Amino acid sequence: MSIIIDRRLNDRNKNAANRARFMRRYKAQIKHAVSDMVAERSIKDVESGGKVKLPARDVSEPHLHHGAGGDREMVLPGNREFNAGDRLKRPEQGGGKGKGDGEGGGEGEDDFTFALSREEFMSLFFDDLELPHLVRTQVGDIKEVKPQRAGYSSQGSPTNLSIVRTMRQALGRRIALQSGAKRRLAEIEALQADSAGAEDDEVDEAELDLLRQRIKRVPFLDDIDLRFRNRIMVPKPMSQAVMFCLMDVSASMDEHRKDLAKRFYILLHLFLSRKYERVEIVFIRHTDNADEVDEQTFFNDRKTGGTVVLSALELMREIIEARYPSEQWNIYGAQASDGDAFGADPERSRGFLEKHLLPLVRHYAYIEVNDREMSRLSTLASTYQRVEAPHFSMVTVREHRDIYPVFRELFTTDDARTVT
Amino acid sequence: MTKREPLSQGPDWNFELLDRYDQAIKEIAVDEFGLDCYPNQIEIIASEQMLDAYASVGMPISYPHWSFGKQFIIQEEQYRKGAQGLAYEIVINSDPCISYLMEENSMPLQGLVIAHACYGHNSFFKGNYLFRQWTSADSIVDYLVFAKNYVRRCEERYGVEAVEDMFDACHALRDFGVSRYHRPPQLSIAEELARQRERDEYEWQRHDEIWSTVPKASTKGKGPKAAGSVEESQENLLYFLEKCSPKLAGWQREIIRIVRKMGQYFYPQGQTKVMNEGWATFWHYTILNRMYDKGLVDDGFMIEVLASHSNVIAQRGFDERGYGGFNPYALGFAMFMDIKRICEDPTDEDRHWFPDIAGTPWLPVLDFAMRNYKDESFIRQYLSPRLIRHFHLFALSDHEGKEYLEVDSIHNEAGYRRVRQLLSDQYNRDGQLPDLQITGFDQDGDRTLTVQHRMHRNRPLSGDADVVLNHLRRLWGFDVRLESVNQDGEVLAEQMYEAS
Repeated sequence: MSIIIDRRLNDRNKNAANRARFMRRYKAQIKHAVSDMVAERSIKDVESGGKVKLPARDVSEPHLHHGAGGDREMVLPGNREFNAGDRLKRPEQGGGKGKGDGEGGGEGEDDFTFALSREEFMSLFFDDLELPHLVRTQVGDIKEVKPQRAGYSSQGSPTNLSIVRTMRQALGRRIALQSGAKRRLAEIEALQADSAGAEDDEVDEAELDLLRQRIKRVPFLDDIDLRFRNRIMVPKPMSQAVMFCLMDVSASMDEHRKDLAKRFYILLHLFLSRKYERVEIVFIRHTDNADEVDEQTFFNDRKTGGTVVLSALELMREIIEARYPSEQWNIYGAQASDGDAFGADPERSRGFLEKHLLPLVRHYAYIEVNDREMSRLSTLASTYQRVEAPHFSMVTVREHRDIYPVFRELFTTDDARTVT
Repeated sequence: MTKREPLSQGPDWNFELLDRYDQAIKEIAVDEFGLDCYPNQIEIIASEQMLDAYASVGMPISYPHWSFGKQFIIQEEQYRKGAQGLAYEIVINSDPCISYLMEENSMPLQGLVIAHACYGHNSFFKGNYLFRQWTSADSIVDYLVFAKNYVRRCEERYGVEAVEDMFDACHALRDFGVSRYHRPPQLSIAEELARQRERDEYEWQRHDEIWSTVPKASTKGKGPKAAGSVEESQENLLYFLEKCSPKLAGWQREIIRIVRKMGQYFYPQGQTKVMNEGWATFWHYTILNRMYDKGLVDDGFMIEVLASHSNVIAQRGFDERGYGGFNPYALGFAMFMDIKRICEDPTDEDRHWFPDIAGTPWLPVLDFAMRNYKDESFIRQYLSPRLIRHFHLFALSDHEGKEYLEVDSIHNEAGYRRVRQLLSDQYNRDGQLPDLQITGFDQDGDRTLTVQHRMHRNRPLSGDADVVLNHLRRLWGFDVRLESVNQDGEVLAEQMYEAS
């Protein structure tokens, strides 16, 4: 006799742990693939998870089988044209029987492709930046607070009195305190109605009076009934932010440097999108003059020429004035450059930054991407060094792995810094 | 013709219907045709559970390993892409025989699966000599539970990575963990656990900090029995390592054992794929047709069943797109059908080729074949000229010295015997796996292990060989020498894998 069992409710996804093991084992390769994906993606799309492709040979499990060579015969189905003794050209690289033994199944030679969830993707992405957990620090401080309802309290100012709630409390209290007396009253009255004219009226009258008094003594409204609408102040970020990406695209900014800058911008964007509902990005590139471009052009177009940093700063201010009034937008600026600026430009840039931009922005970061020795500052950096503002920071990045620590450095508040 | 009173109509199934179909199928399979089966345990599962089962080599329980995760990802991606439907069923050689049915299957498919798995495969598992000899159907699930728990404990004690390294090495040698010629005694699960406990206790007793301060020389003779020289060469590499490897800890030996036992459990499946699938396919086809004749199923049911059936038994030609070698369902089904035909309706050719069975009752002939053969011998015994023609079989020879591949023989009078023999060889294990044997180790010297590759018709080892042998070296703990030997025993090449 067969037994039929419904197992559909049993635990599912038993292989989640094995999948995680697979991920851990091939972390290096998957990270590499993620890194490639990041390079191809636009800053905004980085977060979305996606397909990772690993070369099949990397993930294959080793097996022993016969290699090509030696003698063998093979029987095949579907002969339509051959006769014994016919000769065929040996196929390129013989290949042997390849998928002969059961194990691999349909694996074939294809690349090994699979989907990463958004979380997996992000953790690998940050891993690449040697980031153990997403930063816990604040980017600038949140100034806005907004009152928010938080239920009712028994204390408060008269303007916040909730009449409905108060009356409800009072009613409840009255019912609770009066009900015993009322019930007794009703009993006696019913008794009286039954035996109208009985002798022991006096006793009953006394009790009735007492009961009526007790009922009366319960006040209609008491202090303890009062209920006030409670409001607490919740810090509320302005829901929108704009992030200015400024980049020097003069000839010395090669692929590697642009990639470093891009990763910095990505990190900043991820960061901001966790704080704000809406984050816009403005790309400004400059040589000896600046223009606003789209992301594609920003990172890929090869334009070249001299270097005038000021032009980019001026353009940034123009755009702020035209589109992003600072009372409505949280403005962030990030400037990437190799720091080679000439003549009066660095000094004028510093002046402009201090006077016209820093008052408008939440944070301004200058990232110097270069491989100079630590000791020697670039012209721009040495000028910027003199900027005195708590929300201005400056740092040098050489390798991918520098980015996260640098980022952390840049955006760690003083409080947090003492903690770490 | 019987009056039609189908058990059900339309695609929907429910548990009561499954039960009635199972009953009806059983009446035909067991009562009419006399199939001998283990009791059935039919489990309904969802498709994601099927993916899980797939990934763990079709078993309900498995120890954790990344390679199962990889397998799972492959299956899942293919399933998502729709490139590959899921198998309708998975069946486990156990007693009771566990079959998984997917909830997404329609009623006709469930019927097909019940006939195929619960009566076809089931009776094969119970009847075929290789399974009888090699697998203990009543203890496999218990053993899997034991293995899973054991591995988890090891991971807690020795770390996930150390355990994983062991499995990586053992998996690479998984194919070489089978003793083909003698079946090792099977312990019952109770004995297994008792033995396990004993070993643990022994280890605890031995574990004493003071011992570790005693100079090395006095530890001679301690630890695993150092086997003497290899008296006869050992083809079961994992067995040899488990028993004789000088450096492994107790738990590492146990892990080798787990992989080895799994390898041994699956060994008959690899040797009987054509027969097993052919047998199950033959029976679902026969049983469901019989149900139709009895009026138990309607036309719609039969049409759906036949559509799936013909998909399953399609054999593509070698030059067609999607050709992936011989389809065991196609070849096996055709052979069993052909044997039945030879019994019932033989031609002169059949009488000439199969004088013993032509014209005799088909049921005992099929039963005998199922019980006493494996793919290699089954093909050598029963592949008829008619089928060789039907599949347009031909043989190509690929000889090292020749510049061209040559058509060795085709499906004609002159070629039948040769094609049949070559196809049979193709299912011979030696044709599929290289022959590796341990022939000795330097017991008093540097403990170098010698592994002989006995070349099969001069065929070399594939490119993975270095990786696999390095795993072997890791398990052995000392240098490993690989000798390639030709048929005459001459050493053609030698390679050392040195312990780092």
